[in-house]
Amino acid sequence: MRPFNVDQVRADFPILTERVHGKPLVYLDSANTSQKPESVLTAMDDYYRHANANIHRATHLLSERATALYEGGRAKAAAFLNASDTRTIVFTKGTTDGINLVAQSYGRSTLKAGDEILLTWLEHHSNIVPWQMVAEQTGAVIKVVPINEAGELDLDQYAALLSSRTRIVAIGHVSNALGTINPIKSMIAQAHAAGAVVLVDGAQATPHLVVDVHDLDCDFYVLSSHKMYGPTGTGVLYGRASLLEAMPPYQGGGDMIASVTFEQTLYNQVPYKFEAGTPNMAGVVGLGAAIDYLAGIDREAALAHEDAVLEYATAQVRQIPGSRIVGEARHKTGVLSFVLDGVHPHDAGTILDQQGVAVRTGQHCAQPVMDRFCIPATIRASLGIYNRREDIDALVCGLHKVRELFV
Amino acid sequence: MSDLTDLYQEVILDHNRRPHNFRVIEGATKQEGYNPLCGDRLTLYVAMAGGVITDVAFQGSGCAISKASASLMTDALKGKTADEARALFDQFHAMITSDHAGPTADLGKLSVLAGVREFPTRIKCASLAWHTMKAAVAHHSDAPVSTE
Ligand SMILES: Cc1ncc(COP(=O)(O)O)c(C=O)c1O
Repeated sequence: MRPFNVDQVRADFPILTERVHGKPLVYLDSANTSQKPESVLTAMDDYYRHANANIHRATHLLSERATALYEGGRAKAAAFLNASDTRTIVFTKGTTDGINLVAQSYGRSTLKAGDEILLTWLEHHSNIVPWQMVAEQTGAVIKVVPINEAGELDLDQYAALLSSRTRIVAIGHVSNALGTINPIKSMIAQAHAAGAVVLVDGAQATPHLVVDVHDLDCDFYVLSSHKMYGPTGTGVLYGRASLLEAMPPYQGGGDMIASVTFEQTLYNQVPYKFEAGTPNMAGVVGLGAAIDYLAGIDREAALAHEDAVLEYATAQVRQIPGSRIVGEARHKTGVLSFVLDGVHPHDAGTILDQQGVAVRTGQHCAQPVMDRFCIPATIRASLGIYNRREDIDALVCGLHKVRELFV
Repeated sequence: MSDLTDLYQEVILDHNRRPHNFRVIEGATKQEGYNPLCGDRLTLYVAMAGGVITDVAFQGSGCAISKASASLMTDALKGKTADEARALFDQFHAMITSDHAGPTADLGKLSVLAGVREFPTRIKCASLAWHTMKAAVAHHSDAPVSTE
């Protein structure tokens, strides 16, 4: 493992030398999607050049190589999450796909009218809508844990909302709109004590935090490769083996079956039962390379670096007259959401873009969070391991230009 | 490189700060418009008599482009028939979406929004009020329209 050095890390990401509107790129939108290191690009290119064939299906050498690479990706994903058994790792298209799988397979087959699904006010739309769909189908009821002014979950309310009717708790590990880190370990223990099963949306956690599903004792954990320096179109669902085994398949097709006749079809074992059709092999190879990349750096030092940049950004933005930071949780990572008096975030986004600064503006697929703070949108600067203070200086300089024009 | 001052002309910034016809018209046709991408919401009020728009106003929150566009639109619509309003929609839409800066129909004060065509991510902001107007005039309905 090499010691963390942000300049070295930056050199690993070819896109960071790109120029936009004639200015050097300042990428502050990693919570939306992260950039990819050279090693991920190379691994995917090599896969197509030297190994591409369909997996699990052919007797030839390339298929053997492709299968070994794909299953190697599964082993890497298991190690990344500290899951001891590769059967607990299901490849998906991403977080959204993983949550829909659990909602439609586990949720739909177990929920009854009047059962409760407990969500939080911080959730991304993709951890809300799939539950609304299954609630509609089964007659289950959705309950929501509120948040306080700082953007932290109200844990007293959480305890009060948990009951013997609660069947599923679905919580984000880290909020994409505000950056809040939720105390999921204790929340999982409380949910289990109430007899509920817990899904953790880890989309915003895995790029920053070391995740250990064994230690967390969660039942499901979902992530997106593209947020953690891997390619798009690939994700992981970790599921407790006993639950996955009992769950009905999500989609039907090739690879997910053991035998098919028109009278009866026998499903394959887990995790293959949940991987119908030809999967995104190159995506899994790329995700494996991203996991290797993260394993190759000192993640504790990387997180300390990101936290220092976030702290610097918070202090700098706070000094801008008329700024208000949205989301001031004590435990945060990677995200600075804010508004500027007299300036709509969308206008700020366009002006920043012209200075080469890429941020996201809008609701961040978290309309309930915006409604909670009575704002239509925020400006969100989000960090990856490659960001440094200079990026924040460029952001602040751009924000002064915004104010010149508008205030 | 497209120039920011082409987009944020003084006239647009003025309309953003002090939008015209920013009020409610009691009893008029009311139409909601929503752009989920940036969270812009507006409510448009259109009063018509004898097929002619007699008064038009709006309320809501939005970016400078969407507010200025709504403000300028309300000024331009008064006294127009439904057909004229629809024709103006088409001309305006052509102006903000044409990918070359060639001459389009002269839209008078609305021309300050022509710079939007250089900023593809902002076209929906400029067109929100117009889509809402089209729906208000066509259906006199209350179903929200969306630019998505
Ligand atoms: C917290 C959170 N959950 C879920 C998602 C959805 O992820 P994806 O779009 O990769 O499926 C995202 C990303 O936008 C997110 O930030």
